[in-house]
Amino acid sequence: MAKTLPKKDVVIVGVGWAGGIIAAELTRGGLDVVGLERGKERKTEDYFMVHDELRYAQRYELMQDLSKETVTFRANENMRALPMRAYGSFLLGDGIGGAGVHWNGQTFRFLPYDFEIRSKTIERYGKNKIPDGMTIQDWGITYDEMEPYYDKFEKMAGISGEANPLAGKRSSDYPNPPMKKSPPIQLFEQAAKKLNLHPYMQPSANLSQNYTNPDGVSRAACQYCGYCERFGCEYGAKADPVVTVIPIAKKTGKFEIRTHSQVRRILHTGGKATGVMYTDVTTGEDIVQPADIVVMTSYVFNNIRLLLMSKLGTPYDPKTGKGAVGKNYAYQVQKGNATGFFDDKKFNLFAGAGSLGMNLDDYNGDNFDHKDVKFIHGASISIGQTGFRPIGNNTVPSGTPTWGKEFKAASVKYANSALKVGAQGSSMPWKHHFVDLDPTYKDAFGDTLPRLTFDFEDQDKELTAYMTDRCAEIMKEMGASKIDKAKSLGPYEITTYQSTHNTGGTIIGSSPDTSVVNNYLQMWEAENVFVIGASNFPHNSGYNPTDTVGALAYRASEGILKYAKSGGLLV
Amino acid sequence: MAPTDEKKSANPPQVREPSRRKFLVNAGKVIGGVVVGGAIGGLVGCNPNNNDNANKASPSASPSAGGAQAAAEPKNYNRALMFFTQEQFRTVNAAVERIFPEDESGPGAQALGVAYFIDHQLAGEWGFNGREYMSPPFYHGETVQGYQGRLKRREIFTIAIQEMNNYSQAQFKKNFVDLAADQQDKVLEAFEKDQVQLTTISPSGFFKMLRASTLEGAYSDPLYGGNLNMAGWKMRDYPGNQMSYTDVIDKDFTAIAPSSLQDHMAAH
Repeated sequence: MAKTLPKKDVVIVGVGWAGGIIAAELTRGGLDVVGLERGKERKTEDYFMVHDELRYAQRYELMQDLSKETVTFRANENMRALPMRAYGSFLLGDGIGGAGVHWNGQTFRFLPYDFEIRSKTIERYGKNKIPDGMTIQDWGITYDEMEPYYDKFEKMAGISGEANPLAGKRSSDYPNPPMKKSPPIQLFEQAAKKLNLHPYMQPSANLSQNYTNPDGVSRAACQYCGYCERFGCEYGAKADPVVTVIPIAKKTGKFEIRTHSQVRRILHTGGKATGVMYTDVTTGEDIVQPADIVVMTSYVFNNIRLLLMSKLGTPYDPKTGKGAVGKNYAYQVQKGNATGFFDDKKFNLFAGAGSLGMNLDDYNGDNFDHKDVKFIHGASISIGQTGFRPIGNNTVPSGTPTWGKEFKAASVKYANSALKVGAQGSSMPWKHHFVDLDPTYKDAFGDTLPRLTFDFEDQDKELTAYMTDRCAEIMKEMGASKIDKAKSLGPYEITTYQSTHNTGGTIIGSSPDTSVVNNYLQMWEAENVFVIGASNFPHNSGYNPTDTVGALAYRASEGILKYAKSGGLLV
Repeated sequence: MAPTDEKKSANPPQVREPSRRKFLVNAGKVIGGVVVGGAIGGLVGCNPNNNDNANKASPSASPSAGGAQAAAEPKNYNRALMFFTQEQFRTVNAAVERIFPEDESGPGAQALGVAYFIDHQLAGEWGFNGREYMSPPFYHGETVQGYQGRLKRREIFTIAIQEMNNYSQAQFKKNFVDLAADQQDKVLEAFEKDQVQLTTISPSGFFKMLRASTLEGAYSDPLYGGNLNMAGWKMRDYPGNQMSYTDVIDKDFTAIAPSSLQDHMAAH
């Protein structure tokens, strides 16, 4: 028998970036909010021993414990889905701050093209440019409508950067100047300019200087220590929810966080949620938390899984294309790149920051003519200097054995002399890529695991080959002694790290037939349930997702405050 | 109210250089530039079967040099086994040296203590696949779906070490540690390329794990038992754990003496 607690105005499921933003905005709006987080408390002081590549990068200290919960994966519907038993392709966050703790801090806005991708593609190239089965759709919100929310997120997080000449219009400059340009970045910049491309410093959530944000939160400048992705920041220089929005919510006195609380069902009756049921993982006790409004802010897979397990919304059916929960899963096409080996140059590659880098978007979105290529959209091309730690970085020229004397000599020789220019490719949705519930495998509570059905398509292979050539052109201009181009894109494999940019499944849109939430992230089929995250993306752009997730969270908070006053569907 | 740490950010790149660490580095130099634990030298030296040059960590691994070093620095109590038998240890110690051999650039896996690192890792969470999904049912999967076996890493190592010796016996009539270096390479290659017929484990899967853990042992913080005295880091000019690179990030290559987590601990 589950214990029932007193009712709250709002219950938030998962306290990461989206949950933290929602908590800060709603409590400031006067609502009484409880945040349920399955993981533990996290704070800056946890990271004094963080410069430990083995513990954090190789053994995944900050990530979800897969022995308790994972996803299953198959490439297509004819294959038996099997559990992701160990980490590889993507890393699931856990604890207060969620994936917002272990991110790199690269904070890009999506392009105006992204929000109207279907209309704009048809307008320029005609309907036949979109292949059969590719389910791109407009987002039901435009770049101009998103702009104020992007601006708000960037000021809160203190993004350091400079305007991207090929992106949408900005209402104001980034709140901080770009980070310092390291010699590899200078080489990239000179090469790109010679090729008449448009490089700009990567928008960074690692602060370029000490900064106090509009909420009054002060944080120290980044020290370029080289431990960002997979690590927490010991300085608080990398924006994360723990050092930004969560303290703001707590300060109101209206935000209660309950850690070790695994939400297992959204409770609902007559098309409206009544609260959630969760398990206190320290005692095993099941608890009901009633609330007027339920906000789903867990990671992509659990946003989808909880809706499906709770039988809320219409599940996606890949045969008919009807229903939307689980639809349009997309990822990132990350494997187009060129590595340059510099025989007579040595760099400080041990130093860096998660978003120390330079990008160009000449080949992203619809910034170039796609008439003669067999793909739509594109990729952001960049050089990054995230700090090349020694276990994870042993790049040797092609043809070198992978172990033994020659390998060792080459890996030591190039430890500070190999640079990579890489393409972060967009990922389009397909009718047969989706997330549903696995028929076999369960989590530690006996609940069913989410099942992922996904593979790379010809679109992705064409895009990768094209981008690899562009990366190699830049690397050649940078003066590398030897250049290795990435191999052609094979099948999607869940075993090697690519990016934690999983998207889709609870997508935003303008119609209940083709989307789960409206442009306030309110569920069409349950007006007091809001679902927020990269799970809202109908496709994934050639950029990191966090800026867009943050902007959507600010947009949703406005909607929730409106709903709390007047009720009803907001769109 | 926001967590800031101005005090820490004021620290220069090389926070401190504890005298004990300097002493250890100097002690290493005294015995010939190769920093090697006395226990490795002792073990290799007392193995009566181990006459092959390829299996010696370095000249300094002879019993006399080991003894001289033992006199020069405190005993390294980390040099004992949590999981392997001594025979298993010797096999792994020989194998990792072939994967990451000593050469002109610096010490190999033996001198860095990689086999101790692997032993210690197998004894803990990693060896038990403690944070991985190991629930049934187990089915044979596609390559793209990753490892789907029921065996844990420590079980795989135990089986694989036995099979390395079985294969060595079948091919060369000796155990792995007693083979010449090129014969050891042939055995490792046979595992790498799945030329060994096994029903229990994937030979190439084991080889990948052995290779990956060799690099981990060479380059992880010395606190885990490998990368002895940070010699792995020094070899590739990796400064280890530093508080700040603000002053060098926009400069050309800058040599910085490495520092470990232990140094960082003392700073707090």
